[in-house]
Amino acid sequence: MDLRLLLQLAVIGFTFFMLINASALLVLAERKVMGFMQQRYGPYLVGPHGALQPLADILKLLFKEELRPKGADKWLFTLAPILSVTAAFAAFATVPWGAETTFFGLLDEPIKLGVADVNVGLLVIFAITSMGVYGIVLAGWSSNSKYSLFGGLRASAQMISYELSYATSLAAVVMLAGSLSVREIVDSQAGLWFGFIPRWLIFLQPVGFLVYAIAGVAETNRAPFDFPEAEQELVAGYNTEYSSVRFALFPQAEYINMATMSAVASDLYLGGWHFPGVPVWLGWAVFLAKVGAFLFFYIWMRWTLPRYRYDQLMGFGWKFLLPLSVVNLIATAGVWLYFNA
Amino acid sequence: MPETLVFYLFSGLAIVASALVIGQRNPMYSVLLLVLSFAAIAGLFLQLDAPFLALALMIVYAGAIMVLFLFVVMLLNAPQEDALTWDRAHPLRHPVVTRFGTLLAVVLSVELAYALMRGNDLAQPVGSRAGGELVSSVRELGRVLFTDYMFAFEATSILILVAMVGAVILARREREPS
Repeated sequence: MDLRLLLQLAVIGFTFFMLINASALLVLAERKVMGFMQQRYGPYLVGPHGALQPLADILKLLFKEELRPKGADKWLFTLAPILSVTAAFAAFATVPWGAETTFFGLLDEPIKLGVADVNVGLLVIFAITSMGVYGIVLAGWSSNSKYSLFGGLRASAQMISYELSYATSLAAVVMLAGSLSVREIVDSQAGLWFGFIPRWLIFLQPVGFLVYAIAGVAETNRAPFDFPEAEQELVAGYNTEYSSVRFALFPQAEYINMATMSAVASDLYLGGWHFPGVPVWLGWAVFLAKVGAFLFFYIWMRWTLPRYRYDQLMGFGWKFLLPLSVVNLIATAGVWLYFNA
Repeated sequence: MPETLVFYLFSGLAIVASALVIGQRNPMYSVLLLVLSFAAIAGLFLQLDAPFLALALMIVYAGAIMVLFLFVVMLLNAPQEDALTWDRAHPLRHPVVTRFGTLLAVVLSVELAYALMRGNDLAQPVGSRAGGELVSSVRELGRVLFTDYMFAFEATSILILVAMVGAVILARREREPS
């Protein structure tokens, strides 16, 4: 078989493997960080310092009995978690995670690190993440339970509302980079300004980055915006009636979505695999570090901030975040025209 | 030829899904099948070298509008349509209305047949295969939209704005004078 094809397949397989691992690692990280923030150790018994806890969790969930409520819709109840996790994996397809490489001279022509590089990559990510809401909404509806239904309703309203600000903040990035390909956007951020400031878009788009980060938290249904599964009000929200593997797929989808959101943030605003003084072949490590920092921020926020009220969430999204992102877009367009035309 | 195979797969999926949308008694399933139909049509657009159109269809229709449909269906908790409670008094089932609807369907079929008859142009290559600039590239699309079709674009924007203002007025609840 062609070596080049083989290596490309290996890169794709590696990305898939890392995404699965990301969900397991994030479960552990979440519980450990929460533990330390509350002055306790977190999981400690399985493996050294509890490092194998995710494995134990998964094994436990696999051997649990699968329950389905009598009044549930058989087909949609089964389809919902599959849809959730498929959309989560697929969204990472056009997220590049490293520069081009020849694997130290193994290949004549370099291949790109990442699953696929298409010229409308950002739109692909956007289209697939917007499919993710179907999993949650269908889970809520098909369970035939009041709590689940409310979770699903909240999820649909919340994700539609925040998608607008999210897309508008990304439009400003596309305008500055002049491309919809994520790889080209990353490569437009190589180099330094005045010799010491990295040319990352976060320095040009601080407001856009803030809007993206906030809307991203709401899109992935994380605290302080975790209304679809608000435990104190809705038992567990949309996944109340789920058990066993079907249940396990929902948190997995959520963690993979977090990883995608963080990877896109590092690619678009934090310069991806570019870092002053780091050689290109180590770019993937820089990228991983940026994604890790972003994910830590996610967890940090969850255990620090209390949950908002639902009407506050809606008011904030429509009356503050959306106008802010539109003003940001118009201001960016104006400044860009002033300097380039 | 794999391309032809993919074409028939997507078009078959689109037709079957669209037919099932009407055939379903459960509105929830109808919405989902419509999403499937959109996805199949997006696949066809991709084959026609129009990735932007395909993704816009997925983002706007499948990703936003259909979620709103789903939201409304869930909120109303619409029951299954029942054939036994066929409502003859419904204004849409008035004989005049149904005959008008049939007429429209016939006109549409004739139009479609006519379009297919003169389909000689269909053999011509489209998009980048025709040898020209890739018209569907987002950059080119934006340039054409904001120069050649400026008026149509702005008119559409105003139309959407009017619809939005109308929706807000309709949805607004008049506050009781206190």
